[in-house]
Amino acid sequence: MAIAKGEGGVNRAEQTASPILRMEGVSKRYGGVRALANADLTVFAGRIHAVLGENGAGKSTLIKILAGVVTPDSGRIVLDGAEVAFDSPAAANRAGIVCIFQELSLIPDLSVADNVAISNPPRRLGMIDRRAQRRLAEDALERAGAPDIHPMALVKDLPLSRRQMVEIAKALARKPRVLILDEATSALTAADVAKVFVVLKRLRQEGLALLFISHRMHEIAELADECTVFRNGANVATYAAGAKSDNEVVEMMIGREYSHVFPPKPPPRPAGATPLLEVRNLSWADRLRDISFTAEAGEVVGLGGLDGQGQRELLLALFGVLRGVSGEIRVAGVPASPSSPHAAKAKTIGMALIPEDRKTEGLMLPMSVRENLSFAALPRVSRGGVIDSAREQGLVGEMIDLLDINTAGTDAAAGSLSGGNQQKVVIAKWLMAEPRIILLNDPTRGIDVGTKQEIYRLLRRLADQGAAIVFYTTDYDELIGCCDRALVLYDGAVRRVLRGADITERALIASALNIGTEAPVAAGEGSAP
Amino acid sequence: MSDWRYWLGQNRGTLLAFFFFIAMFAIYVSNHPAGFSANVVQTAANKGVLLALVAMAQTFVVITAGIDLSVGMVFVLTNCLASWIVVGTGWSAALGVAGVLLTGLACGAINGLIVIYGRLQPIVATIATGAVYFGFALLLRPVPGGDVYGPLADALTGRVFGVLPASMVALAAVVLVVWIPYSRSAVGRAAYAVGSSETAAYMSGVPVGAAKFCAYLLSGLAAALGGLFLTFVTYSGEASAANGNTYTLFSIAAVVLGGVSLFGGSGSAIGAVFGALMFRTIGDLLFVFNLDPLWQPLFQGLVLLAAVCVGSARLFQVRNRLELFP
Amino acid sequence: MSEGTQARSTGAFLRRIDPPVAIAFGCVIAMLLLGSLYSRSFLSPEYLLQQLKVASFLGVIATGTMIVILLGQIDLSIPWVVAVGGMMSTAATGWGPVGEAMAIPFGVACGVVLGLFNGFGVAYLRIPSMIITLAVNAVAQGLMVVHTGGFSPQDASSPAMRALATGELLFGLPNALIVWAAVGAGAIFLLNRTTFGRAVYGIGNRERAAYLSGIDTQRVVLIAFALAGGLSAFGGVLLAGYASKAAQAMGDAYLLPAIASVVLGGASILGGRGNYLGTVAGVILITLLQSILSVVQMPEAGRQITYGVVIIAMLLLYGRESRAR
Repeated sequence: MAIAKGEGGVNRAEQTASPILRMEGVSKRYGGVRALANADLTVFAGRIHAVLGENGAGKSTLIKILAGVVTPDSGRIVLDGAEVAFDSPAAANRAGIVCIFQELSLIPDLSVADNVAISNPPRRLGMIDRRAQRRLAEDALERAGAPDIHPMALVKDLPLSRRQMVEIAKALARKPRVLILDEATSALTAADVAKVFVVLKRLRQEGLALLFISHRMHEIAELADECTVFRNGANVATYAAGAKSDNEVVEMMIGREYSHVFPPKPPPRPAGATPLLEVRNLSWADRLRDISFTAEAGEVVGLGGLDGQGQRELLLALFGVLRGVSGEIRVAGVPASPSSPHAAKAKTIGMALIPEDRKTEGLMLPMSVRENLSFAALPRVSRGGVIDSAREQGLVGEMIDLLDINTAGTDAAAGSLSGGNQQKVVIAKWLMAEPRIILLNDPTRGIDVGTKQEIYRLLRRLADQGAAIVFYTTDYDELIGCCDRALVLYDGAVRRVLRGADITERALIASALNIGTEAPVAAGEGSAP
Repeated sequence: MSDWRYWLGQNRGTLLAFFFFIAMFAIYVSNHPAGFSANVVQTAANKGVLLALVAMAQTFVVITAGIDLSVGMVFVLTNCLASWIVVGTGWSAALGVAGVLLTGLACGAINGLIVIYGRLQPIVATIATGAVYFGFALLLRPVPGGDVYGPLADALTGRVFGVLPASMVALAAVVLVVWIPYSRSAVGRAAYAVGSSETAAYMSGVPVGAAKFCAYLLSGLAAALGGLFLTFVTYSGEASAANGNTYTLFSIAAVVLGGVSLFGGSGSAIGAVFGALMFRTIGDLLFVFNLDPLWQPLFQGLVLLAAVCVGSARLFQVRNRLELFP
Repeated sequence: MSEGTQARSTGAFLRRIDPPVAIAFGCVIAMLLLGSLYSRSFLSPEYLLQQLKVASFLGVIATGTMIVILLGQIDLSIPWVVAVGGMMSTAATGWGPVGEAMAIPFGVACGVVLGLFNGFGVAYLRIPSMIITLAVNAVAQGLMVVHTGGFSPQDASSPAMRALATGELLFGLPNALIVWAAVGAGAIFLLNRTTFGRAVYGIGNRERAAYLSGIDTQRVVLIAFALAGGLSAFGGVLLAGYASKAAQAMGDAYLLPAIASVVLGGASILGGRGNYLGTVAGVILITLLQSILSVVQMPEAGRQITYGVVIIAMLLLYGRESRAR
């Protein structure tokens, strides 16, 4: 059970009688959407408390309320026995509650030292005491396990994993009593994750209360003392870590019997004459190193590995978004080097990219569903530049039926749709352009389970119809269930290629962490030695 | 990387502006018929300081990712007001100066309130307030005229120790007393934070509203200092819309030349000052090279065009095009 | 139609009207009524037609401004592109019969060229539109100063220009108004019925998503600025026709009104939102405001102040950004 947790876990028998923080009956509504419904949460000092739940279950809203970013519609927050209300992040900080957000709260144009001390800089004669500030920053960076970061470096010049470490240092500099981490390790390299864990365990020993949201079961297993599962805006279960099996936890998260249903995969095809997509020695900056792989028509190729190993960059490079890409790309045997998405979309290449963030990259939220749907296929619904409304309406209607998009009419704003339906609109938009190579960047992130299943079936159907699909996902089950082949990336290079039945969680994790060299990379695939 | 390298990187814009200005000014005085004489420098300084002060005003707002299209009109308004009240005895002139500066602060406050609490976009809000300020300027001076307290005017437009232009000394004093403390204060840094990323600033507990308001206040103050100085130079007040618009637009040019980012979050008023001086020197260069003054506006425009094109050349280093679309 | 369906279709029609457009037109009517309290002639057809004629010049210019603002950009080169249009077309008139015949297209073409510089800078060099249009404005001014030698331009407008601006061909309707109506119809068609217009709204809403959807955003921005330049210059051509000649700084008085008209018509200065009818309302509103202020013989000072206050007041009514939380 949880007692033997390595160094530092507070013995359950000695726990403090009263919790440091209690949330009771907290509710929050955003328009017609109920983000939190009478949610409760109890947090003790000197303990690490994990919060799990699907996207949309209310975890982020709960954290934002605690951190003072949003105000609850009802309910109370009790800190150290006294009721409190925060109307801004500054107020929450003053009370000792500090949150490390997923979207970083660092100021890009300011230095690391400025950022670390931003909410309460040391002052002298009314001006900021730069030397004291620098010492503060250096101390905080040391505590966070990142003493190599120079305090004068500008945040915008740092890579994402370093920025996350600065974010952690900044939180520590505020001397929190309650530290909240909202998926704070998602951008870190494996080495940094280990360092952060050491820091968190030490903080627990020092008596901090830690609240952390994560999807990663192994992190929770290693760190947490207790867990709470959220579903549909309410706390459905709180239990000591290790008391429930992973399956039980997932069932609590989705509220019903859990069965990952993937459409059946066809038997591996014999290699066709020319693969639809061929990539050779693709390199870019220092994020992509010498990547080579192929994708046949009818094949679903998955990109796996830890976050930030180059998967997103690979998709962007294929789609023409990156400059200075070296290497060779061939589509159906013909050399292609798209210099922009506009070129990649052209009939001669026929690529589509379902981007990472549907709200800022996939859709124009204030515009109507119809306008969004036809946006990538405007030539199909127009003649000589003039839009043919009838044709547009017809094609739009077809797509809505095909993907079963739930919308209050085609003129409804795209922003009024649920997350899953919004993603369907993004996919449908690209299907209208009739692509032959479909790239997807984490397409099922933040989507309800039902829609996920629909997307899996759709991808398999598209592959059966002859498209080549390359898709990046952070979900191992998807890699195992959907893909004919999986490429595991590590540090910008293809570490391992797994096929068919070889795609197992163990193999994926091992390759992701760059452990072991069981099966050598097949000749002609992966990276050049 | 050593500290020195970081400092260089962060202040690159300002340093470039400084070097370009020195280079241009050197060319100017070396080709001037009267040579590097105190007179030449004094005249140039007086003209340059006017734009430098308005450029400083613009910088305060641009750092917060805003824009103030009313600075030129505040400049004109305070000029007209000064020509009325900065007169008489030493004491009444001093009170007049205070009144002028307070008016500048008030204009800045109005701009700030409308942008922050009215939640209007700065570009449209300041176009409208500019019209209002100009209207008041017209009320004060329907025709050019007025006077100013002689001793003060002469002192500030003359020379110190017989050599240094007093206007430059005064400008340096303003930078030391207003800009440096501001840029190193918490509220100044908050302004940079807000301009760089308002959401991140809010999440970090930075006082967004206070930072913006302070920026607009100081903008009004700096513009008022400029208007005051204009009165000292011209000994009169004139409600000229053309002049006001010119100064507004040139202040934006000076700010860009000085390495301040129009997107907010970086740059320094010192850079903007050098940008303004650079811009003024360009016009004077035409004079010394005996170019027809007819060609001056074109030359200034072409230099501005070239400067912004070169300034954006850094964007060609962008590897991921998505960064071009924030 | 039965009463039920009639009521429903009226309801649907009302729901489709943008609130800012309705408010803007409402203010126009309110202003006319207020003015009529001062003098009955405010509601006379002659006065209204005269106002519409004067509004046409601003209307043509504001059409180009609107397209640029819809993209999320701004065009500060209006003052001197307008002047270029006026001065170049009058200059061409003086170049013999061929010049005279081509005066109008030539003036517009000059504006298009300047607009292309703007568009190139914004789209390909990623220079903020505020600064590149400012620079182009300064260059245009420099060119015109050299061209006119610093004096008032002496060239006269061609008969065609005068006819367009001052003539009355159809049923006593001013030609200028018909020109504006044609330009406006073209704009409405372009924005609502073409792929270009769709792309403009998309880019203004979320350029990143438009780019990732495979739209050639650079070309759209380039064309939009070229159009704006051409329309500003065309406004200058009409103004020169109206006054029979061009004048120094003839465009200076049109920058603020053009931007204000677009914004008062409900378009968001950040882009992606706006209806051409709103711009029409905004143009008429501004023109009426200026006219009423001059008829009641308010001195220039009062006019400026009223102008600014009215714009702020109306923007506070419906131009506010939503709260962060």
